[in-house]
Formats: sequence, C-alpha cells, structure tokens
Amino acid sequence: MCLSIPARVDEIEGNSAICTVGNSSYKASLELLTPEEVQVGDYVLIHTGFAIQKLDEVDAMETLKTFNDFKTLNEQMDQEEKDNNTHLI
Amino acid sequence: MKYIDEYRDKGLVRLFAEEIKKISTKHVKLMEVCGGHTMSIQKFGIPDLLPSTVELISGPGCPVCVTSRGYIDQAIAYCRLADVIIATYGDLIRVPGSTSSLEKERALGADIRIVYSVLDALIIARENRSKKVVFLGIGFETTAPGSAAAIIKASMAGLRNFYVYSAHKVMPPAMEALIDEGVQINGYLGPGHVSTITGEKIYYDIPKKYGLGVVISGFEPVDVMQSILMLVQQIESNQPKVEIQYTRVVKPEGNIKAQQMLEEVFEPRDDWWRGLGVLKDSGLKIRENYQAHDAEKMIEVVVEKTIEPKGCICGLILKGIKKPKDCKLFGTVCTPSDPVGSCMVSNEGSCAAFYMYNR
Repeated sequence: MCLSIPARVDEIEGNSAICTVGNSSYKASLELLTPEEVQVGDYVLIHTGFAIQKLDEVDAMETLKTFNDFKTLNEQMDQEEKDNNTHLI
Repeated sequence: MKYIDEYRDKGLVRLFAEEIKKISTKHVKLMEVCGGHTMSIQKFGIPDLLPSTVELISGPGCPVCVTSRGYIDQAIAYCRLADVIIATYGDLIRVPGSTSSLEKERALGADIRIVYSVLDALIIARENRSKKVVFLGIGFETTAPGSAAAIIKASMAGLRNFYVYSAHKVMPPAMEALIDEGVQINGYLGPGHVSTITGEKIYYDIPKKYGLGVVISGFEPVDVMQSILMLVQQIESNQPKVEIQYTRVVKPEGNIKAQQMLEEVFEPRDDWWRGLGVLKDSGLKIRENYQAHDAEKMIEVVVEKTIEPKGCICGLILKGIKKPKDCKLFGTVCTPSDPVGSCMVSNEGSCAAFYMYNR
C-alpha cells in the first residue's frame, strides 16, 4: 500500500509533472510538495499519483560512498587475512 | 534504474550479512511494520541470510489487513445504493466482507471503479454529477495526505458529490500497543514511506518509553540489510534510538506540507485494528469543516451484522505471535485466489507474501 517509486521529472505543467520510471511515463501531482522544490531532471518518489518527496542526490551519493568504503575495507581486511593467514575479526 | 539498481548489489548484501553475523551475540526479534518490507524481505530471501540470532517478524503494516470487516461491510452497503459509485484502490476489491465482497457486488452490477489515485476519483465525481462518488480512504500516513488533498480540492471546487469513507490510520499507536501487550520485540524496522511524510519524531517515544530502537529503512535488499545491521549494533551496544537508514528519501522533519494538509482535514479518533482491537487516537476522522465530504456523516446506510471467519488467525499473525504456516487454513482453504482472511488478500499481507515467495 505504501509502495512508492523513484521517478525522473521530465516536464512540469502547473501543479503536475510528467515523470519517467524505467521506460514508462507517469503523471504525478506536485500538490504535496512546495512548487519551488522540484525542477526538471530531479527525481521524486511517487505514491498513488502524488510526488511525496524529492530524492536527495547528495544523501544518496553519500550512502553509496559509505557502501563502497565498506566494500573496500572488507576487501582489504580479506586480503590482509589471506596474506598473514590470520583472522582479524 | 537510478536509485534502485545500486541498492540491489548482491556483493553488498553478502557483506552486510557477514557483518551482522560478526557482531550479533544476543538473540533478537526485529519487527517490520510496513507491507513493503514484508514483501521485500520474502522476495529477496533475507531471513536465509541472517544468523540464527536474528529473527524477523512481520507486524501490522498492511492497511488492508488491519481494516475491520465492518468497514468492508459498510463499503458494500454504500455500493448497493443506486446513486453511489465506489472508487477504490485495487487492494480492497477482493477483501471478504461478512457475506460478500466488492468484487462480488461488482459482478452483480454495482458501480465500483478501481482507481490508481484519489485524483481519479475526483474526475469520476466531476463527470457524474448526479451520482455520489465514495472514495474508500484506506492507508497509513503515506496515503492519507492524498485523500486530504482531494477533499480540499473538492471543497474548493464545490464538488459536493465527492465523499471519502475514511479508514486511514496512523502507525505509532499500533507500534506501542504491541509492546504494551507483551509481544517480544527487540527493535523496529521503521516504515520508510510513512516516515517520508511524518519524519522521525513520531517514533521518539519508543526508545524513550520502551528502550527499543527504530531504524527507518528503505525497501531494497541493501537498505534492509543495512537497517538490520544498524539495529543489531544499537542492541549490542545497548543504545536504542531513532535512526534513518533511508536518508535519500526520509528527512528528519518529514514532508511538512503533507503534514499540514493532514492536520487541516483530519483529526485523530479511536480506531479498531485487526489483532490489536481499539487503539486510542489511531485513526483519522474527517474534521467537521469538511464533513460535507465525509461519507459516514452524509450518506445514511444500513450495514449487515459483521461475522468474522472461523479458524483464521490473521490477528495473531499481524501481531507477530504466529507465522502464516501456523494457520490451519494456510495454503489449503485459504489461498490468494480464494482468500479467507485479509492477510492473504493484499499482496503485501504476510500470508500472501509468504505464499508467493516461500511456500
């Protein structure tokens, strides 16, 4: 019920936006956001025809960077364990 | 697809699984209270990736599942009126009432239309001025602002034949009621899209009053695994708090405009939840200022006596006390094509999700 999908805003017309998800187009109402908040090219989360939040690219990048750091750290620890034949954790 | 594919990375999921295994020493039960999480956890096989110390249980996070039979019976009574068109999300159409369902009534000729958005119901009302259009407003804080927006629009446009029959509910009273009832939970995976609207403050009482952590989680497997890790870290270090894993969407303050619309149109009322009974201030009632659009106030109807199905343990499943497989009806008498209880109807109900991915 609370399912929502991230969609790219392609066009804005007054209070609604034409958005793309994968290869499909959706019309979404922007009434639950403040007008100056959304611009063409932004990603918004659509729920039952309403954009309910703009996705935060900076936060998304930050999370992905944390994931990648985590991955790198794990790979380094694996390598160290292999090289020294020890268990670090 | 951007914001989806990168959160389905198998390598990362495995890394999180290893990390959880490394730090987990205490046996914990973590509950999710969102149908989207129920589906995601079953679909991606997350329980199989966790150590035996970490158990996931599903709570009352599917609005269709917690809605009373009495609500369905009243919707059926509305649809039997000659001048009423029912507009509803598809989720409700097959939910059994006491003696019928909206699907059966439609086959008998009732005018019932499935809509993707409440805005479509407004269009139906505009195009059918001689009929009363009743929109079945179900859902939690994610969905209720749409109903509020539609009621405000109808009011401003003088669209007097548009009504909402509200079964909208809010999540925190149910989360607290489960702990009060003594259901064994060590932490909550917080519902990501409810929190998109409400922000994190609605959960502050849970660490404060009950000493349990809440991690507001996204829905992709990497999100869920990271959230489980964050909860396990909180439990192992004995530092329960409210944290947001799903930062790309959920802001601490939530969506203020949507909150204002909810406040403008709805007021809290006591409401009944399957499995939990009546919970104080857990439902949303349309305020008097907008009662011209409140189906309960404006459309008189006689509703049949509610009969609950025998043998169905939906209520216990929604509390996380029983699992779908514990039900004698599961997969035999009760299946997605012929459901007895509401947990088997909605595809995000525990029984339906378990039937589909794990049977």
